Amino acid sequence: MCLAIPSQITSIDAETDMATVDTMGVSRTANLGLIDEKVSVGDWVLVHVGIAMTQIDEKEARQTLELYEQMIKADMENEAV
Amino acid sequence: MNNRILLAHGSGGRENQQLIQEMFVDAFRNPTLCAMDDASVLEMGTMAVSTDSFTVSPLFFPGGDIGKLAIAGTTNDVAMRGAQPQYLSAAFILEEGLELDVLRRIVASMSKELTICAATIVTGDTKVVPRGAIDKIMINTTGFGRLIKDCSVSRIEQGDHLIVSGPIAQHGSCIYAEREEIAISGLTSDCCCLWPAVKTLLDEDLSIHAMRDATRGGLSAVLNEWAQQTGHSLMVQESSVPLTQQVEGFSQMLGIDPYILACEGVFVLAVAPQDSARVIELLHQTGHNHAALIGTVTEEKRGAKTPQVILNSAYNTQRLMEFPSGEILPRIC
Amino acid sequence: MSGTELLYSALRAPDKIHSMQRIIERLCHNYQRPVRIMEVCGGHTHTIVKYGLDQLVPEQVRFVHGPGCPVCVLPQHRIDAALQLAAMPDTILVTLGDMLKIPGTQSSLQQARATGGDIRVVYSPLDALTIAQKNPEHRVIYFAIGFETTAPMTALLIEQAQQQKLANLFFHINHVLIPPAMEMILSTPECSVDAFIAPGHVSVITGSDIFTPIARRFQKPLVISGFEPMDIMASVERILHQLNHNEAKVENTYSRSVTSQGNRKAQRLMERYFEPRATFLWRGIGAIPQSALQFRTEFADIDAEVRFAEHCPAPAPESGHGCICGSILTGQAHPQECPLFAKQCTPTNPQGSCMVSNEGACSAYYKYRRDQ
Repeated sequence: MCLAIPSQITSIDAETDMATVDTMGVSRTANLGLIDEKVSVGDWVLVHVGIAMTQIDEKEARQTLELYEQMIKADMENEAV
Repeated sequence: MNNRILLAHGSGGRENQQLIQEMFVDAFRNPTLCAMDDASVLEMGTMAVSTDSFTVSPLFFPGGDIGKLAIAGTTNDVAMRGAQPQYLSAAFILEEGLELDVLRRIVASMSKELTICAATIVTGDTKVVPRGAIDKIMINTTGFGRLIKDCSVSRIEQGDHLIVSGPIAQHGSCIYAEREEIAISGLTSDCCCLWPAVKTLLDEDLSIHAMRDATRGGLSAVLNEWAQQTGHSLMVQESSVPLTQQVEGFSQMLGIDPYILACEGVFVLAVAPQDSARVIELLHQTGHNHAALIGTVTEEKRGAKTPQVILNSAYNTQRLMEFPSGEILPRIC
Repeated sequence: MSGTELLYSALRAPDKIHSMQRIIERLCHNYQRPVRIMEVCGGHTHTIVKYGLDQLVPEQVRFVHGPGCPVCVLPQHRIDAALQLAAMPDTILVTLGDMLKIPGTQSSLQQARATGGDIRVVYSPLDALTIAQKNPEHRVIYFAIGFETTAPMTALLIEQAQQQKLANLFFHINHVLIPPAMEMILSTPECSVDAFIAPGHVSVITGSDIFTPIARRFQKPLVISGFEPMDIMASVERILHQLNHNEAKVENTYSRSVTSQGNRKAQRLMERYFEPRATFLWRGIGAIPQSALQFRTEFADIDAEVRFAEHCPAPAPESGHGCICGSILTGQAHPQECPLFAKQCTPTNPQGSCMVSNEGACSAYYKYRRDQ
């Protein structure tokens, strides 16, 4: 619901469970305490009030985009008919 | 060896004199100032004058400091009127206990910025207040400049092109992050003296009607003030407004609108349409590489009680650019 | 394609948006009446209004702004509790941004701060730990707000406070839950909502399955959406597709972040500290059962509502303002239909909850649509 921003992990401090994340060239820390799965540098996470909520599934993101593109393509083909 | 400001530094005696001589006169050295009269006499024709006080916290931030701001801020205001900033007064209020090294750094920064503007400080004042009365330092600068071409909001006309000289919201986002200790890195203030760019524009005979630097309240404050003062609505193409990726990242992260965040090295111009391309070309040549045409001055919006600033999105949908109000707070939702 | 493109710019591309616009127009062109789609997330409201998506969709599609803002719906007596707690000697009240301007019966935290109250806005709940550590002689009370998205963050804060044995940190819990509010809206006889754009980040925590009973019981399409313009447009497409096929199910277009089960670790953390309240008053709407969280009884020693009960006023009927917040929050009326809108009620002088927060329906309309 709330403002949560996709950010890319640039470093992880396993001892403090903190990551440094980058959002469009702006960098800050995010707490990984709510993330169960193992994340690595380069992964994208959703950050809300300084705490990561979930890892973003890049494969799903790509599929979603492809789905949108297919929707549009199908509609254009329908129109052409 | 004393390394802090003491109350004695403000009491008019030997320590006061020593501070003025070693800290200020040495750094701002010029014949008028060195004469150390109570008042300085200046020769100039029609004159523009502007005053501003500076209290920024933190004192030092990526891209600048309170000293640089104190010079750039006031000389920019004079330049915006179409005048060459030449002479400044500088008044310092210092908190007892302020480290002299900090003051030295600030003064050196002011000296450097004065060189960029080719302006001099010709008169000044120093006061010291007890610890706790203020937060370290406050600076007031008043700038005087020879009027070259009278640019004023009263000259803005319907149909004028709106140009912005560079990416917005850099200073505001940087200071916000520093002050709120949000520990975001990647943001830099855009604080800079605009006179060199303005001089290039004024050297050519271009139909520049008005200029205003976007400081507190950002682009939105300038445009909304112009709309109110001229009675015309303004139409802005959202995708044309220059924005660095970092500022966009910051504004996404905290949910703060970049249009209301301060700039300190960006100005907005209202220019007759036939000259706007040349204005942008000259701005690019003077290092303002992202100067862009962002909109136009239109007629009053039909049916509106007050003129508005309208943002046209990349999808050709419209919304209002809100006039900044209240405290800037991040949103959570 | 870079991550920034994949997750941001590709989902904003104008050509894609205009293509979706055409698809939506085709799907509803022979509708006899407008379909009313409610979003219950302030972030979704923001996207719709900021990008003008309501201007892109045809008149057969109407966006209705539900109670999407967790501060909008807090009743006045809970704001008054924040004020009274902050007024206790040697006390620091810590909270998140938008809480500052919400009016209680007499005052707001912003006004209290101006008269000397030690009230601190933090960007992250975890900043409360630092404040408590730096001020051992003070009582620090974290005023927790937000939906299910933010509740796990509070739980994480509590866990860390306990691990660090911080004896001076207490919590006032005001987390509210979205699915009960959705059910309440759908249960009202005057409800004219045809479908929901379901919350995106609440779902990251709860999982999408939590909405299945709602779709089934009320036979309404429910599409979980992301926050970029393309996500909203695609969700509208999915809703229209379902309506055209007489379907009523939960769909998830935000699958890059939302799974069916949600964030189990976050859920477990919430369950350790919190349980649902029997009932909770939503400002402008009224009582909704099981719609908010409270501490489990074993945490009474850090629960500000228990420890400082004498400073927490009991629920009271709201002082009338003449505004129609309740109808606006449940999607039955539009901000511009309120007699106070843009007159006595403005963002600088809000009368009711919808104008207070940036994400309130009235505030969004005031800022972006006032004269349209």
